[in-house]
Amino acid sequence: MSERKIRVLVAKPGLDGHDRGAKIIARALRDAGMEVIYTGLRQTPEMIAAAALQEDVDAVGVSILSGAHNTLCPRIVELLRERGMDDCLVIVGGIIPQEDIPRLKEQGVSAVFLPGTSTGDIVTFLRDNVGQRA
Amino acid sequence: MPETKELNSPADASAERWERETLEPVLRKRPERKKRFETVSLDEVNRLYTPADAAGVDFERDTAYPGEFPYTRGIHPTGYRGKLWTMRQFAGFGTPEETNARFKYLLEHGQTGLSVAYDLPTLMGYDADSPLSEGEVGKCGVAVSSLADMEVLFDGIPLEEVTVSQTINAPASVLLAMYLVVAEKQGADFRKISGTLQNDILKEYIAQKEWIYPIRPAMKLVIDTFEFCTRHVPKYNPISVSGYHIREAGSTALQELAFTLRDGIEYVQWGVDAGLDVDEFVPRISFFFNAHNDFFEEIAKYRAARRIWARVMRERFNARSERTLQLRFHTQTAGVSLTVQQPLNNIVRVAIQALAGVLGGTQSLHTDAYDEALALPTDRAALIALRTQQIIAEETGVPNTIDPLGGSYFVESLTKKMEDGAYEYFDKIDSLGGMVEAIEKGFPQRDIQESAYQYQKAVERGDQTIVGVNKYSMEGEQTEIPTLVIAEGVRDRQVERLGLAKARRDNGAVSNALEKLKKSARDGDNTMPATIEAVRAYATLGEICDALRDVYGLYEEPAF
Repeated sequence: MSERKIRVLVAKPGLDGHDRGAKIIARALRDAGMEVIYTGLRQTPEMIAAAALQEDVDAVGVSILSGAHNTLCPRIVELLRERGMDDCLVIVGGIIPQEDIPRLKEQGVSAVFLPGTSTGDIVTFLRDNVGQRA
Repeated sequence: MPETKELNSPADASAERWERETLEPVLRKRPERKKRFETVSLDEVNRLYTPADAAGVDFERDTAYPGEFPYTRGIHPTGYRGKLWTMRQFAGFGTPEETNARFKYLLEHGQTGLSVAYDLPTLMGYDADSPLSEGEVGKCGVAVSSLADMEVLFDGIPLEEVTVSQTINAPASVLLAMYLVVAEKQGADFRKISGTLQNDILKEYIAQKEWIYPIRPAMKLVIDTFEFCTRHVPKYNPISVSGYHIREAGSTALQELAFTLRDGIEYVQWGVDAGLDVDEFVPRISFFFNAHNDFFEEIAKYRAARRIWARVMRERFNARSERTLQLRFHTQTAGVSLTVQQPLNNIVRVAIQALAGVLGGTQSLHTDAYDEALALPTDRAALIALRTQQIIAEETGVPNTIDPLGGSYFVESLTKKMEDGAYEYFDKIDSLGGMVEAIEKGFPQRDIQESAYQYQKAVERGDQTIVGVNKYSMEGEQTEIPTLVIAEGVRDRQVERLGLAKARRDNGAVSNALEKLKKSARDGDNTMPATIEAVRAYATLGEICDALRDVYGLYEEPAF
C-alpha cells in the first residue's frame, strides 16, 4: 500500500508581492516528495481556506513579510476550523517580530519560521507533525 | 570565461613559471581550503589575476578617464572630491504625521535627501478604507490615499529645496501628480523641482510583483510621465530603473545588471517610439542597484553598468549629448542579506556593502538598518545606518581619489566579464522580441527563480556561509533588540482623514475629472494633465486607479 504523500498549500495572503520565499519553499517541499499547491499572489484568507479544503491539504504554509500577520494568520486558522479542517496545520514564514510569535501560536499557528530557516527544517517539521494526525 | 590572448605571451610564460616554481610546491604540501571559490552569485573566482587576465581591457577604450566616455571610472571628473554622494535613507511608516516627523529627524541629523516608502495599499492603488487594505495600512510604509495625506507628509519641508525620491510604481503617475500639487501649493516653481519617481513597472512584473494594469498600458503611463516631466518638470527624474528588487528576488549580480539595463533600453525605445528626443529625456532616466555581499563583484557590476549604458546609448540610439551617455544611479544595501540571528552583525554587513557602492561610484546611497529582518527600523537603528555612511565619507579616506580599484587586474577582468555577460542577455531578450515580450513569456522571472533556488541550496549545503545562520550560530540565542511597532489604530485615523477630505470636496468636480481621465486613457492621450486635475479636486488614489482599471483592465500573472 502506498503511503499518501503529504499535501501542502503554500499561500501568499495580503497585498505584498515578494514571493521569493514562497516559491523556494514550494519547490523544496516538492523536491522532498510532497504534493504542493501554490495559491499565487494576493489571496484573501477566505480564498486560502477554500483552496485548502478543496485540495484536502495537510498543512497550509503562509508566507508573509508585510507586517499584516496579526490580522491575516488568525483569520486563516479560524476559517479552516469553521470548515472542519481541525487537523490542518498552519505554519507561517516571513518577517515576524519575536514578540508576536507567542500570540500567533495561541491563536492556532503551529510554527513560525523566521528568515534564515533551512528548507530542510520545514520538511522535517511537516513530516514529524503531519504524521501524528489521527 | 577565458580571455582571448596570445598564446605563449611573455605574461603567460611568467605566470606559468610562478605556478611551477612557487605555487605547486606549496599546493602539494597544503591544498587550498576549497576546490572551487565562488562569488555570492555562484560564479567562479580564480586564484590570481594577472595582466594576462586584463589583456582584453584597453585603457583608453575601456577604462579611460572619469567624466569621459565610456564613463567606467565615473561620470564626474572630480569623483567624490567635488561632491559626496547623497545620503538618502528610505523611510515611511504609519500615518503621514509620523513619517513627516521621521523625515525631519533625518534632515536634522545630516541626511541630505528624502526617500518615501509607501504602504502596500498605496503601492497597489487602494485607499485605506478598501476591504483589501485591512491589516496593511501604514505597515510597510506611509499610508497615502489622497492629496490631504500628501499635504501632511511634506508639511514644513520645502520641495523646491529638498530632493525627494518616491518609491512608487504601478500608481506612480498619481503620486507624482500629488507631489506636484503639494509643491504648487507651497508656491514652488515646477522647473526648479528635482527628485526621483521610481516608476519602473517592468521590474514589478519581473520581480517585485506590485502591479495593477496589464504591461502595455502600464508602459504607456510611464511614457506619459516622461513626456510631462521633459516639458514641465525638467530637473525631475521620472524613473529609477531598478535592479534592486530583481536582486532581492534572488538574481545573480549579472542578471541584476543585464535585466535592469535591458529594462532601461526598453523604456528608451518606447520613449523614442512615442516621438521623444533621446537627448532630451534619457538624461533624466536614473538607475537603482543593489549592494550585496560580494565586494568585488558588486564594484565590477557598477563599473560595467556605466560602460554598457554609454555604449548602448551611443550605438543603439545614436545619442549625441554627454548627459544621455552618463548612467547615474542610487544604491541600497541588500535587505535580503540581513539576518534575524545576531542582528548587530548586520551593521558590519551594511558597512561593507555600502563601501562597495561608494567604490563603484554611486550618486546616492541608502544603508539598511540592522533590525530590518525583524521589522521596519527604529529611530536608533536608522541613525546608525546613516552614521555608517558618514564614517565611510569622512573617516576612511575612500572618497579622496577616483575609482581606486581601476587598473586592478581582477576588477578590470570582472568588469569586462560582466559587460560581455550582459550583452549575451541583451541578445537573448532581443531575440524574444524585446523586454515586454520576454516578460510576457516569463523568461526573466524563471531565470531569477532558478538562481534563487540554486543559492538557497548552496547555503543549505554550506557552500555559501551566512555568519550566525549556517556557521557560528548560537543555540538558544535571544535576539533582544527593540523593534518598531506600528500602532493598529493607523487605519482608523487614515479612514477618518479620508472621510473628512471627501466631505469637504466638490464631488461634481471629482466625477468630471475622473471622466476626463478615462477619456484621455481611452483616446491614448497623455494622462498626466487629467490626473493632476483629479488630484487637485481631492479624488482619492483608489478612485483614480479605479478609473484607469476600468479602461485598462487588470494584469493576470501567467503561470510558470
